[in-house]
Amino acid sequence: MRTLTALLGVALLVGIASWAYRVNYETRDAERRVAELRRAIAEERAAIVVLRAEWAYLNRPDRLRDLAERHFDVLGLMPLDSEHFREADDLPWPEDEALPIFEGPWIEVAQ
Amino acid sequence: MIRTPLRPLARVLSARAAGADPDLIEAEARAVRLRARQRAERLRAERRLYLLAATFFLAFCVVGTRMGLVAASPPVERGSSYRHAQIANQRADILDAEGRILATNLATHSLYAQTPDLVDPEAAALNLARIFPDLDAPTLARAFRNRKFVWIRPTLSPEERQAVHDLGEPGLMFGPREVRLYPNGRIAAHVLGGTRFGRQGVHAAEVLGTAGVELTYDAFLRDARQEGAPLRLSLDLSVQAAVERVLAGGMALMNAKGAAAVLMEAGTGRIVALVSLPDFDPNSRPARGTALFNRAAQGVYEVGSTLKILTAAVALEEGTARPDTLVDTKGPLIVDGFRIRDFRDNGPWLTLRDVIVKSSNIGTSHLAEMFGTDAQKDYLARLGLTEATPLELPEARRAKPLLPKRWNRLATMTVSYGHGIAVTPVHVAAAYASLVNGGRKVTPTLLLEPQPLGPRVVSETTSAELRDMLRGVVTDGSATLANVAGYPVGGKTGTADKPARGGYAEDRVLATFAAVFPAEAPAYVLVVSLDEPEDRTGEEPRRTAGWTAAPVAGEIIRRIAPLMNLAPVRKED
Repeated sequence: MRTLTALLGVALLVGIASWAYRVNYETRDAERRVAELRRAIAEERAAIVVLRAEWAYLNRPDRLRDLAERHFDVLGLMPLDSEHFREADDLPWPEDEALPIFEGPWIEVAQ
Repeated sequence: MIRTPLRPLARVLSARAAGADPDLIEAEARAVRLRARQRAERLRAERRLYLLAATFFLAFCVVGTRMGLVAASPPVERGSSYRHAQIANQRADILDAEGRILATNLATHSLYAQTPDLVDPEAAALNLARIFPDLDAPTLARAFRNRKFVWIRPTLSPEERQAVHDLGEPGLMFGPREVRLYPNGRIAAHVLGGTRFGRQGVHAAEVLGTAGVELTYDAFLRDARQEGAPLRLSLDLSVQAAVERVLAGGMALMNAKGAAAVLMEAGTGRIVALVSLPDFDPNSRPARGTALFNRAAQGVYEVGSTLKILTAAVALEEGTARPDTLVDTKGPLIVDGFRIRDFRDNGPWLTLRDVIVKSSNIGTSHLAEMFGTDAQKDYLARLGLTEATPLELPEARRAKPLLPKRWNRLATMTVSYGHGIAVTPVHVAAAYASLVNGGRKVTPTLLLEPQPLGPRVVSETTSAELRDMLRGVVTDGSATLANVAGYPVGGKTGTADKPARGGYAEDRVLATFAAVFPAEAPAYVLVVSLDEPEDRTGEEPRRTAGWTAAPVAGEIIRRIAPLMNLAPVRKED
């Protein structure tokens, strides 16, 4: 009985030790991966900053105006004017279609 | 201590007498002693064991508690978190009211030389001079010989970096640099200001604000604790761009040498557009020059008749006159040997409303004389025209209005029609906003954050009467060219002769038009001012604000009102 307990204890010890060993290495791997991801995130953020700056640069009012003028024949964009505003009442409403009227045959319903 | 003998005499004697072996008694006594000693030793050993067990138990308790705490607490990653490290040396962005970028950062590289590592300093200097034409090869070569470390360029474009890289010189090094980028170029240059490099090291350089909001909010923009929170301005990029474009066109048409415009929300004092021409590119801010001067917030000018509305406001508030009260406008008016004249003869009487509409200097002079110097000073101060504006620009905070040194009867009269007092266009815009928005003082601001409304300056009734007068100026008065289809505009022109040596110049004026729109319930105030305009399309040059500043302001309103989602008034048909 005593021997059995001892053997079980030793087996448990070996089991736990190998588990701890594995967890230790897994943790290190995870940390390395986290560091890699962090660097990747930092790179992505730097890229986002650059892209945002580029987006703002490409959308600068001077450039948009030049483009609108150059492609006037296709786009026909003009500065907004008070004439471009309309009240909802000015819009033409769709013609009222005559509703279908049911004309029979009627069925007698017994009381 | 009393020792117990091994052979107690009494028992030995009695044992001898009984014929027993007395040695047994001794053995018995020995055994007793041995048992006692063993008991004592056992006790001591047990105490030690208990002590040891307690120590271990406590130690395990400590370890166990600690493990429990670690297991129960939320997991924390080691090392500083990424965000802080990344943003520490970044300058925060500046955004407009709609969140569009006005200023951001771009990563580039600086170029420096570790001269001990240079393979061939002379060749490197020659090649660098070929890449950067403004560098001088002999000077650079001398620097390479004499110093161990040489800064060559603060920033490089990607093409320049590649060209330097292709030289293959190991002593030429690149350091990361963040530069401030103003993607919209010249737009809002005077508001943004500019930046420069502060202390620089190999791995980073400080970016410091030199003017504009970049300087006012330098600490905020550089504060790492803000975690990159942007600075939100009240400017609207598209409106600002449109105002700049129209104003530049107007300035060219009117042959003016400078121009300024301020567009302000009448109810809040938030500035939607602030333009000063000529302008500059903040990406490469010049070191000096007139373009740096902010005419809208920094330049103090006599704005002339534009300030007459203030005289009308005081007269209405102080009960001096009603809008239909007749005011003496018989000219010329001679005060202390100084002749006050009107632009054209307005007859002997005008109502107060017509004094504004027809812009009579004599009329406002009489009104000012009636309510007096103290009331005038009081209202000027309440509208903020006696102090520099609290606008968030370092230049604006230094622009103190010029007031009469001796505020006598004559000064009161000239101030009543805007002469002898010089203020910035921002002052004018804020004063107009306070007068027409129902009478509450507004504080001019460039921040999106709403500012608290100030105290009441004039009553609601007075404010409505002033709006009616301003509308009259555009429908029947000097500013008919500021009429815009769909948007009823009110406003007041002002033409001031520019000061020259020993008096006023004959043919150089500053034309100002302060507009409010829509006139019945003004949402915006626009102040346009042209420096030395001259409309040469007619028979003789026309310089008055009605011919120069008013049409430019009208065109600006025609362009920007739809942009700001103001619904036009429908024509009655």
